[in-house]
Amino acid sequence: MAKTKVIERKALTWAERTYLPQILTGLKTTLSNMLKKPITLQYPEERPVIPDDYRGVPTLVKDPHGREKCVSCQLCEFVCPPKAIRITPGEVDVDNEPERAHVEKAPKEFDINMLRCIYCGLCQEVCPEEAIFLQDVFSLSGYSRDEMINKKEKLYELGGTLPDQHFKWDKKKSAEALGNSDH
Amino acid sequence: MNLISNYLPLFIPVVYALLMVSVFMGLCSYSVLAERKVCSWIQRRVGPNRTRLPLIGNIPIIGNILTGLGIFQPAADGLKFLFKEEITPGHVKVGYYYLAPIVALTPALTTMVVLPFGRYVDSSGNIQPLALANIDVGFLFILAISSLGVYGIVLAGWASNSKYPFLGAIRSSAQMISYELAMGLAILPVFMWSAAPGSEYGMSLFGVVQSQQGLWLGIWQPLSALIFLVALFAETNRLPFDMAESETDLVGGFHTEYGAFKFGLFFVAEYAHIIMGSGIFVLLFAGGWHFIPGFADPWPDGYLGALLSMLWFMGKVCLMIFFFIWIRWTLPRFRYDQVMALGWKILLPLAIGNLVFNTLVIAIIDTF
Repeated sequence: MAKTKVIERKALTWAERTYLPQILTGLKTTLSNMLKKPITLQYPEERPVIPDDYRGVPTLVKDPHGREKCVSCQLCEFVCPPKAIRITPGEVDVDNEPERAHVEKAPKEFDINMLRCIYCGLCQEVCPEEAIFLQDVFSLSGYSRDEMINKKEKLYELGGTLPDQHFKWDKKKSAEALGNSDH
Repeated sequence: MNLISNYLPLFIPVVYALLMVSVFMGLCSYSVLAERKVCSWIQRRVGPNRTRLPLIGNIPIIGNILTGLGIFQPAADGLKFLFKEEITPGHVKVGYYYLAPIVALTPALTTMVVLPFGRYVDSSGNIQPLALANIDVGFLFILAISSLGVYGIVLAGWASNSKYPFLGAIRSSAQMISYELAMGLAILPVFMWSAAPGSEYGMSLFGVVQSQQGLWLGIWQPLSALIFLVALFAETNRLPFDMAESETDLVGGFHTEYGAFKFGLFFVAEYAHIIMGSGIFVLLFAGGWHFIPGFADPWPDGYLGALLSMLWFMGKVCLMIFFFIWIRWTLPRFRYDQVMALGWKILLPLAIGNLVFNTLVIAIIDTF
């Protein structure tokens, strides 16, 4: 058992019983606080520093060459616990992007309903293409329910481009050219 | 032409009075701002810094500085009270309910009539006070009228017909009675020294100030000054003595049932009391418009001197208001029984002892 040590309280001295020295000390404390710099963040003008792995609003990103990464596999739609994501699959526009013809699929529509989203990050975790990321946007608002559904254009606008370590589809293409496309 | 010169003596006091009321109300609204700013600085916040009036606020650098200091905030605060919905709860005693805020504000504004705020040396070398009315019993008048302020609070508490305002009002009246005694007794030695038999000033505040030339009363009567200051905090219902409000246990105290402009009146009354209290403390114990102790007044004769003495006095009053705010955001509220114990068991005996001591000293000086 832990020993308890009883500390005897000393009787207050005469000066302490008048409270005046204590009041003066208190006044000194508040005055010194007054002279320090305020710690307020002037919010809309000044923004807080967001840590790298922050889970903000989910966004779609493009690769460093500005190409769409999502292949509309719908894994995120499937994993999303509150069913906030809805994807309408489509095909890559071969006429405009002939070099991406081998990717075949791209989302025609990609909606994330931010009234449903719970910012869990499962979509980011499950994405095999590293196309969806929860980034640093943390405040969003709108005047209607429709406005709160992020459409594909909005998602790409919020996402921007992120560095890519793999360039998976480029590798596939060069492998195919070399005749190693079996796997 | 004849008509104007006939009515001029009647007209000028009215103009002076209106001028003083407007300056006083301006001070009230800016002490609200000062309260908000100082409290936020003490808590290391920024305070109101967004309100911007169109034209003045848009001047390049000055506008930003003024906005940052919150200079336009009082206008927004005042308008807010005006535009709010006037709610009269169903359970109140209507007539008295409406009367209470007026009764609270009136005494605070009435006392300023006898408050001298500067001095003027006329061409023949006579020193005259700048005041609306320099009456011989100035301080008695202030004591008498300012204690009427509690009627507003009691009336509000009673007319609200609900328990928290009632408790606040009861506490406030008990506190007022307890501290008024100590306050009056603390002041007596001051007047015994400054209004000795044969002096020309009597109980007028102007006389007290004139007797402090070179040496402030607060320096050689520190005990009186301390007792008076503590009692002043209690009389103005300021923290650490804001028994009437004590938000933590009484919701809002006496003004729980009040909203919109009626609450605004109570609010202004509170700050009017603070300004009056600061003014009186400066007059009685901090030398009024006199320069630093030990130095002769550098103010010249004539209007310039009058203006300088007035500004110096205002500066002291502002410092005192700052002190009020500073204390408020430093000390926690007393418990009710502690307030009573401090008033009756400490301040009152101390004030009586102080009075007896000073009487003896004066008697000894007079005899030998």
